[in-house]
Amino acid sequence: MTGRAALRGLFGTLAAVAAAEVTVRAAGGFSGDLPAPTQVLAAAGEQLADGEFTDAVGATLRVWAYGMLIAVGVAVPAGFLLSSIRALGTACQAIVEFLRPIPSVALIPLALLVFPAPDRMKTSLVVYASVWPILLNTLYALRQVDRVQLDTLKVFGFGAAARAWFVSLPSSVPFILTGVRVSASVALIVAISTELLAVGDTGIGTYLAQTQSAGGQTDQMLAGALWAGVIGLLINGALTTAERRAARWWPVSGKEGVA
Amino acid sequence: MLTIDALTHSYPGGHTAVDDLSLAVEAGELVTVVGPSGCGKSTLLRCIAGLQRPTGGRVLLNGDEIRDVPDSLAMVFQSYGRSLLPWLSVRDNVALVLRHRYGSRRERRAAALEALAEVGLADAAAKHPGQLSGGMQQRVAIARALAYGPKLLLMDEPFGSVDAQTREDLEDLLLALRARTPVTVVLVTHDIDESVYLGDRVVVLTGAPGRVLAELPVGLPADRDQIKTRQDPEFVRLRAEVGRLVREK
Ligand SMILES: Nc1ncnc2c1ncn2[C@@H]1O[C@H](COP(=O)(O)OP(=O)(O)O)[C@@H](O)[C@H]1O
Ligand SMILES: [Mg+2]
Repeated sequence: MTGRAALRGLFGTLAAVAAAEVTVRAAGGFSGDLPAPTQVLAAAGEQLADGEFTDAVGATLRVWAYGMLIAVGVAVPAGFLLSSIRALGTACQAIVEFLRPIPSVALIPLALLVFPAPDRMKTSLVVYASVWPILLNTLYALRQVDRVQLDTLKVFGFGAAARAWFVSLPSSVPFILTGVRVSASVALIVAISTELLAVGDTGIGTYLAQTQSAGGQTDQMLAGALWAGVIGLLINGALTTAERRAARWWPVSGKEGVA
Repeated sequence: MLTIDALTHSYPGGHTAVDDLSLAVEAGELVTVVGPSGCGKSTLLRCIAGLQRPTGGRVLLNGDEIRDVPDSLAMVFQSYGRSLLPWLSVRDNVALVLRHRYGSRRERRAAALEALAEVGLADAAAKHPGQLSGGMQQRVAIARALAYGPKLLLMDEPFGSVDAQTREDLEDLLLALRARTPVTVVLVTHDIDESVYLGDRVVVLTGAPGRVLAELPVGLPADRDQIKTRQDPEFVRLRAEVGRLVREK
């Protein structure tokens, strides 16, 4: 994003917020007393000092991080396995194509049944949702590995496992990062929706559900949603930067992942 | 040292790339194989390297049939840009293939730096391949191949995609390195002048499918020079002869 574009974006945001502020204030509050943006911002500021809220954020991020770690740990080796054993790859293709479109939230009842502990339950759904983009990008990456690079190492006496480690894996890194970036956003959405739909003991979603059911806390509710957005933005920004960095000193020809 | 016995290779789909090709290479020789594009030169080298099982005939290295990649063999590929690993520094590209030669990383890196110095690239060691020109990348590929310490070095049109000046420099580099190292070289090219300038012997292949059309010993002094050698009557005679054979159908 250029400086000018950023400035325009900022201007647009400010204008929208100001419009909302004026509208809400002029209307004297809608039903359920919708708070004005400044009130939401004030509540967001207070939440930083609110232990209950920060604990909830921590809990969601923990689930998110564990889920992502497990997803990478499952999807990348699975990708290597499926693409190195062709028969296995074709055998699994149908299963993958069937499982992938199932929305994670549709699996909440099943997850509740299998994992009674809320953290495990949430993590399992995060893993489920995150595995697919990483797996698909890994599979895609492995189809792009340069034959000449593989042949070169073969000539220099590298066996199949060593070639996977020294050529296939490094040349897949940018694609895997793309998968991780896509998964990261999905994982956050899944973690929070699971908390919202299957109320556990803590987490951003749980917090939001509670502010809603308690009534009269719409400023905190919207402030919580604001923070969720900020966290999503930060995660995406960090991963986009990592991806771009990797692309710079990790030149792989024709890098174009599957989003 | 290397014996190719009635080698035939057909790709799936029935296309025959090499047909009944026989050739013997003595230890220490530099044999150039020249033939038109598509006549099966790369296929021949891939069969020698053990990257491809020929559909017919045999390749023997010191009397043993090649079934897998022999460990005393190195290869310089035509597309140097794709054969170096772009995410490793030049030094690490060379050091990587020395894993089986040296135990410690320090020794490998030291040997890699030495090999790069041999090809005049000591200063580029920390750079990544993408930061180097094509000619420099091919130097790295040559340094890597020789650092590996092969008895047999295969080169597939190694200087095919660099400019004329760089090409001459690389040709002379190869001759200089080879004078210092006891290595047998099979170099494939479609360039007639190059085949004569570099070779102790020129093997001319027919057009597709490749077969040996003629073998010409090169009666030029070992010490070659881009200007003088090319004016030598023997050079002029040979290149005319090779040229005539290559064009023959
Ligand atoms: N992997 C392959 N599959 C099918 N045909 C191939 C393959 N590689 C090369 N060929 C064909 O074999 C013939 C010889 O190719 P190649 O050995 O690359 O020739 P050269 O190196 O002399 O140009 C060509 O007609 C080419 O199209
Ligand atoms: Mg070729």
